[in-house]
Amino acid sequence: MALAFDEFGRPFIILREQDQKTRLRGIDAQKANIAAGKAVARILRSSLGPKGMDKMLQGPDGDVTITNDGATILEQMDVDNQIAKLMVELSRSQDYEIGDGTTGVVVMAGALLEQAERQLDRGIHPIRVAEGYEMASRVAVEHLERISQKFEFDVNNFEPLVQTCMTTLSSKIVNRCKRSLAEIAVKAVLAVADLERRDVNLDLIKIEGKVGGNLEDTELIYGILVDKDMSHPQMPKQIEDAHIAILTCPFEPPKPKTKHKVDIDTVEKFETLRKQEQQYFDEMVQKCKDVGATLVICQWGFDDEANHLLMHRNLPAVRWVGGVELELIAIATGGRIVPRFQELTPGKLGKAGMVREKSFGTTKERMLYIEHCANSKAVTIFIRGGNKMMIEETKRSIHDALCVARNLIRNKSIVYGGGAAEIACSLAVDAAADKYPGVEQYAIRAFAEALDSVPMALAENSGLQPIETLSAVKSQQLKENIPFYGIDCNDVGTNDMREQNVFETLIGKQQQILLATQVVKMILKIDDVISNSEY
Amino acid sequence: MPIDKIFKDDASEEKGERARMASFIGAMAVADLVKSTLGPKGMDKILQSTGRGHSVTVTNDGATILKSLHIDNPAAKVLVDISKVQDDEVGDGTTSVVVLAGELLREAEKLVTSKIHPMTIIAGYRMAAECAREALLKRVMDNKENAEKFRSDLMKIAMTTLCSKILSQDKEHFAEMAVDAIFRLKGSTNLESIQIIKKPGGSLRDSFLDEGFILDKKIGIGQPKRIENAKILVANTAMDTDKVKIYGARVRVDSMTKVAEIEGAEKEKMKDKVNKILAHGINCFVNRQLIYNFPEELFADAGVLAIEHADFEGIERLGLVTGGEIASTFDNPESVKLGHCKLIEEIMIGEDKLIHFSGVAMGQACSIVLRGASHHVLDEAERSLHDALCVLSQTVNDSRVLLGGGWPEMVMAKEVDELARKTAGKKSHAIEAFSRALVAIPTTIADNAGLDSAELVAQLRAKHHNEGCNAGIDVISGAVGDMEERGIYEAFKVKQAVLLSATEAAEMILRVDEIITCAPRRREDRM
Repeated sequence: MALAFDEFGRPFIILREQDQKTRLRGIDAQKANIAAGKAVARILRSSLGPKGMDKMLQGPDGDVTITNDGATILEQMDVDNQIAKLMVELSRSQDYEIGDGTTGVVVMAGALLEQAERQLDRGIHPIRVAEGYEMASRVAVEHLERISQKFEFDVNNFEPLVQTCMTTLSSKIVNRCKRSLAEIAVKAVLAVADLERRDVNLDLIKIEGKVGGNLEDTELIYGILVDKDMSHPQMPKQIEDAHIAILTCPFEPPKPKTKHKVDIDTVEKFETLRKQEQQYFDEMVQKCKDVGATLVICQWGFDDEANHLLMHRNLPAVRWVGGVELELIAIATGGRIVPRFQELTPGKLGKAGMVREKSFGTTKERMLYIEHCANSKAVTIFIRGGNKMMIEETKRSIHDALCVARNLIRNKSIVYGGGAAEIACSLAVDAAADKYPGVEQYAIRAFAEALDSVPMALAENSGLQPIETLSAVKSQQLKENIPFYGIDCNDVGTNDMREQNVFETLIGKQQQILLATQVVKMILKIDDVISNSEY
Repeated sequence: MPIDKIFKDDASEEKGERARMASFIGAMAVADLVKSTLGPKGMDKILQSTGRGHSVTVTNDGATILKSLHIDNPAAKVLVDISKVQDDEVGDGTTSVVVLAGELLREAEKLVTSKIHPMTIIAGYRMAAECAREALLKRVMDNKENAEKFRSDLMKIAMTTLCSKILSQDKEHFAEMAVDAIFRLKGSTNLESIQIIKKPGGSLRDSFLDEGFILDKKIGIGQPKRIENAKILVANTAMDTDKVKIYGARVRVDSMTKVAEIEGAEKEKMKDKVNKILAHGINCFVNRQLIYNFPEELFADAGVLAIEHADFEGIERLGLVTGGEIASTFDNPESVKLGHCKLIEEIMIGEDKLIHFSGVAMGQACSIVLRGASHHVLDEAERSLHDALCVLSQTVNDSRVLLGGGWPEMVMAKEVDELARKTAGKKSHAIEAFSRALVAIPTTIADNAGLDSAELVAQLRAKHHNEGCNAGIDVISGAVGDMEERGIYEAFKVKQAVLLSATEAAEMILRVDEIITCAPRRREDRM
């Protein structure tokens, strides 16, 4: 009841326009929120793991996306429910932070909510449940730290990195050539990584896609790929040892920002203006030539006359190059972006060993390769594939793999995948539960139970008997006290994840548990939902 | 506790079986739509656009049909997409790829209903596709070394491609044309230098290949109609009023005399420009933009042929063909590369006058002039010829060829069947299904030709049991025949692309277990 009385006994309204609002309170609110969270998790549950299914999403404009990436599914799902939006946020923050495990985190949160519902039915106060979860998550994260392993790799021996990336890729549609893609991702990350500072700037890796060809044709280019061609069809298609002028000013007559007028009222003025115009073009080209540029890359367009002059002076040029690409080119070639012709100096030119134009297929698709750059710290992954959806999905998968490789460079610790880490944590949390006096004990046990749901979903998606498989693996882990046993999703015949080479990053897993717990805590604390019923 | 709706209004969600069914049905519907156009006796479709004029297209080209469909089913869109890519990549086989993907899904549907997990089916399909590719690779023929044989291979491929199209009546004529054109390219896949000009009138048989270049433009009045040893300047410059490009400039005068003066100056400027152009020592000037009467007159006085308003592609091609560069400034006549050709003359095709450049510097280019009764025929003929040219140019690069007429499918089906027998586990069902889907292609070809497909395919299968058999369906005689004798060939690259992209698309659709449709974007009311 949102009704109160003042000192004279008259009712007054706390919530304005009451009939237009719907309101849920207390246990009902919690139950409704939990149900919504679970519904979202249920959608993603079947996408988990190497045998997970994809979702087809039709956007508001009729465009189709087929994906298996949790973050993408939720992003495009167009949800309305507030709690569902929280879950979307959850998966997005996992995506930003870690880049991988976006499906797992939502499934985990869904399982935690499901368990919380049971505790609520028992009459345990939501806050106590939340606190229990908090304690349990701490135990789990510590345990993960304990069972994690460090492994060594360097620029020459990157096999362990490849193996981890392969685990990530195996759940995507590209798993047909996961080996080669994983190698590409690792090489790309190593090329731009700063191994001293243990940091990787993923902005330096550009992912380009072009429809056509096979997935196997996907390649890593140590340089930049620009989806543009030379401004004049007769310019040379290949430039060796290029000195590149990177311009952000158009090859056009100047357009001063201040308002002005040039009035022509005599023939002389007409003549001089004409002369000046010609001179202007000439000067622009001459300036580029003078500083020794052999290739001009410009953010803007060229006038026809300027274009011809460039061609005439044997100065190949590329026009309408986007800002982001321009920056990448500048980074890669060690050049400076020059906003005015007057400021061109030889020192500001970028250098590249080879610039060439390559055409594809029967249509007139051309792309510009800039390779052997002065500063090789910018690479491009060029994806080919049967259709647009395939390429989009490959882009997302490669992005995940890149993130995983980056995380490993930041922190060398790994845990074993295939649900092994979750099962180990579940055992640890279960054991820890007994030590806590008080109601939280139940919540901690519930947490352990929720951890089991990830391997359970893995088994289910792989067509195995979930309960049987899980209990078998669990007892095996407990008996031999080795945390490497997981679900054998690919039907290889062994549960030992070391043999199957299924790794995940430690920080990824930790983040999953922490984020899921946080969101669940937040949802549990809500006891009143007021919404405008018009929405 | 009922859950409040999670999605926005109008958004819908389909799960599990229902989602899978929806995507199967959509994809199969699209496949069935184009199925009847497959093969030499395939039928055409009429497409009427809803746009202005309700323009009509008659075609048999899978990619063209699918491109013009408005499809709502997301799975069907995947198929449309692969057909488009097939068109871009190899140019032909756009119908086959959709039909094969549709058949794969049809078989998959049966397997799913008999409780086999989609992932198992995908694994089986992958193995089968790999095996089928191997089988094809084993049987390819490569005649790259032998120029004469290679040429006859190309002829046969062109004829096979064309025989399913409107050009089938004159397929030899057109195949000859296409092969000649491709040989002129000397191994490059750049189809830009083959120009196709459509002129209604006459019959398809009157179409011809012309070495040299034809520009669909008229020669200015009073200018020479025939030039030998032409020196051509290809330009992209304003020949109307040459504007002052400096921003904000405008003419402002206060008396009539001044207007006259400025006009005079303008004229003078144009005259200057024309003189500069003439200083190049040319006798032909081709411009992309308009040429106004005044400069045109000046050119005519100088005895120079001036052609205005050639479209952009025409200009580029002309530059390419004659070896000249496209010029926009004319101050340094000595360093501008001019184009050359032996003869420029005006020719008549039907009622229209065209300009013909022959004996061009670069021998790669050529023009194909298509004649036909109506625009629809010509459009379709152009598409067919384009298909043939694409296939040929790809074959020149990858010279491996296969037999046609359902032969490759039967070879693959046989190998895949063998594999199914050797494979243990549930996957073997999927592999078997793959082979059935492959056989569906010769079946469709026979069905479309009104033949008894069951009988013919059974015969084929029996024949293929022997090693090294060349049997395929001969639609003309309506029986099983030796494809090598009949000269029915196909390019390996096309078949491989069909196989791989159809499998990829089927896999993609199979993996889906949920379809979420967002609310359609509402148009804002412009009230």
